[in-house]
Amino acid sequence: MNRLVLWFHKIGSPPTFYRIAGALAPWLFGLAILLGAFGLYGGLVLAPRDYQQGDAYRLIFLHVPCAWMSLFAYAFMAVNAFIALVWRIKLSEILAMASAPIGAAFTFITLVTGSLWGKPMWGTWWTWDARLTSELVLLFLYLGVIGLYHAIEDRRQAARAASFLALIGIVNIPIVHFSVNWWNTLHQGSTVRLMGPSKISSDMLWPLLTMALATHIWFFASLLARTRIGLLELDGGKDWARDVALADAPAGNGAKAHG
Amino acid sequence: MSLWPMHRQATGRKRMADFFAMGGYGSYIWPGYAVFLIVLAIDAIAPRLRRKRVLAEVRGKLKRRQARETAA
Repeated sequence: MNRLVLWFHKIGSPPTFYRIAGALAPWLFGLAILLGAFGLYGGLVLAPRDYQQGDAYRLIFLHVPCAWMSLFAYAFMAVNAFIALVWRIKLSEILAMASAPIGAAFTFITLVTGSLWGKPMWGTWWTWDARLTSELVLLFLYLGVIGLYHAIEDRRQAARAASFLALIGIVNIPIVHFSVNWWNTLHQGSTVRLMGPSKISSDMLWPLLTMALATHIWFFASLLARTRIGLLELDGGKDWARDVALADAPAGNGAKAHG
Repeated sequence: MSLWPMHRQATGRKRMADFFAMGGYGSYIWPGYAVFLIVLAIDAIAPRLRRKRVLAEVRGKLKRRQARETAA
């Protein structure tokens, strides 16, 4: 084996990943909160009022980053689900399952902030517009993956069944993304583009991009925290997990590690 | 800007009130921001609670096994 494969193998081993994730997660949470506070200050205080939407547009600083995250988390989950199904790597199973609740949280925020934005701008909380409907389907897909994972007793079988569902659901991702181009309905088109100029002024754009960065970092912080627990649960019978459990035990309440 | 402190205080309060009013959209903006913060707070706290439960389970299993081994 070459050095890269060896390195990969080492990182992917549960005790090593557990340790590294534990060291990284608090820093990522801290950085996400700092960037988020900075971005929200920029969005709520520094950014000017929109000439058409007044102050109502300020929901964009939550709605758009969370909507991006709802798709990003799904893509991340699907890639790990694929690896889990093809190569049966334990860590990928856990990473896939750990990203589902975070993705569901971001999808939920997207739907709620969208609804709160829709009421004053469109005059309705909800409409069966293509973008809104496909985003709601995305939430149900996340809930389906989480539900299926918890419905099966054996953790590894459960992860594989839920990974399979996650892979089927990936057909919904391009539908969410392109829905505003394919069907011309109530939801507005993209404001920020990777290619070509964005349709937004720079003093609104930087808080938006800061929030996008903050939510991405938050995703990985939460993912690492959740993956650590998944690893402990799956490796509960192994020495390293016992050592962690015993070190955590309240004094006088622990069993001996190697009895 | 007035030099009278009382007047200045009133301006500060008004600016604060303007900020919270959000041009009349405050009742849509602030619930949105509250949901964002609450949902992400739950996202951060939920795994901490689950971690405690999982560790207690691992300890419980270990104790039961040790009890069995001592008995045998």
